[in-house]
Amino acid sequence: MAADTGSYIKHHLTNWSVSIGEGSFWTLHVDTLGWSIFLGLVFLLTFRSVAKKATTGVPGKMQCAVEMIVEFVDKSVKETFHGKNALIAPLSLTIFVWILLMNAMDWVPVDWIPTIAGLIGQHAFGMDPHDVYIKSVPTTDMNMTFALSLGVFFLIIYYSIKIKGLGGFAKELTLQPFNHPAFIPVNFILESVTLIARPVSLALRLFGNLYAGELIFILIATIGLFQLPVHFLWAAFHLLVIPLQAFIFMMLTIVYLSLAHEDH
Amino acid sequence: MNINATLIGESIAFIVFVIFCMKFVWPPIMAAIEDRQKTIADGLAASDRAAKDLELAQEKAAAQLKEAKAQAAEIIEAAKKREAQMIDEAAEKAQAEREKIIASGHAEIESERNRATEELRQQVSALAVAGAEKILERSIDAAAHSDILDKLVAEL
Repeated sequence: MAADTGSYIKHHLTNWSVSIGEGSFWTLHVDTLGWSIFLGLVFLLTFRSVAKKATTGVPGKMQCAVEMIVEFVDKSVKETFHGKNALIAPLSLTIFVWILLMNAMDWVPVDWIPTIAGLIGQHAFGMDPHDVYIKSVPTTDMNMTFALSLGVFFLIIYYSIKIKGLGGFAKELTLQPFNHPAFIPVNFILESVTLIARPVSLALRLFGNLYAGELIFILIATIGLFQLPVHFLWAAFHLLVIPLQAFIFMMLTIVYLSLAHEDH
Repeated sequence: MNINATLIGESIAFIVFVIFCMKFVWPPIMAAIEDRQKTIADGLAASDRAAKDLELAQEKAAAQLKEAKAQAAEIIEAAKKREAQMIDEAAEKAQAEREKIIASGHAEIESERNRATEELRQQVSALAVAGAEKILERSIDAAAHSDILDKLVAEL
């Protein structure tokens, strides 16, 4: 049983990997890419169809729902970010809804998708179902969370240099918090750590929360019949975790970008 | 757990999604929201204005009503005055007429009396002459004493 449980958990935590070149780096997680792009398209096409049909008169229910989300993001951006930037609001919307959808995959019972994928692999491609790997929550893959946070990180650097100039950005890195020439190395180390900590913490916070949540779902799935009420409780708890993590990622993105826009 | 080329793929997907959202999703939805907000604000402003207009119209109507009432009172007052004046005039005229009639009556009476007096005087003088003639038939010559008789008549 112990070996079984171990291999069961391991099977659920392994990505569907396809090698595309030499070395372990040139590997693609097809499940992460597939689910994330599928969910991103669900988000964009839904919102796009509403945007195309958007009426300024009395809105339909779908338009109301979409507008609620858009206004929620718009309010969050306007409360924190006071400059003029056409990118930050749509960026925040994309981050919020995309992460929310990807996190929401956590609610799909842990065995459904791997079992279905195993059956398809077995009957359509003649594979051993144990060799079919599907991880359906893209945010439990660090590649996903780091792709998001590095995107934000590059925007932080881009806007810091664009708004403050290269010199201003360098000054910010070297003359804070101790404004004295002798402290430049110390300041630089402190500020660099602060700067680099931002994408790392963004990515690891999201990954950690969702990975842990997923792991516990898998563990609960191994305890037998009592898993049903426990699963329900844990899923209900994720009613908090899933939107909260999406919101935190969005909010911190806005905060970091508004800090990048502020001239000290 | 390991970082690999998926990172690159997800980064590309992220960039493409953000650009698509920025170009084709955010602006039309935001435009629709802002348009509707403007429409609602305009509607509220219009209703405010209409309420104010109504209040103004009510005030105006009240003022006009008051003015009309004042005018009516004035007209009634004038009519009353005119009425009184007409009555007064008529009374005056009637008074004058009455006085005229009375005066003419008096004059008529006076002339009638004068005539009667004259007639009476004539008759009395004739009677006196006749009486005196009877008394003094023989001694008196009517012609010789007519001056005395005339004096007598005049004294009557």
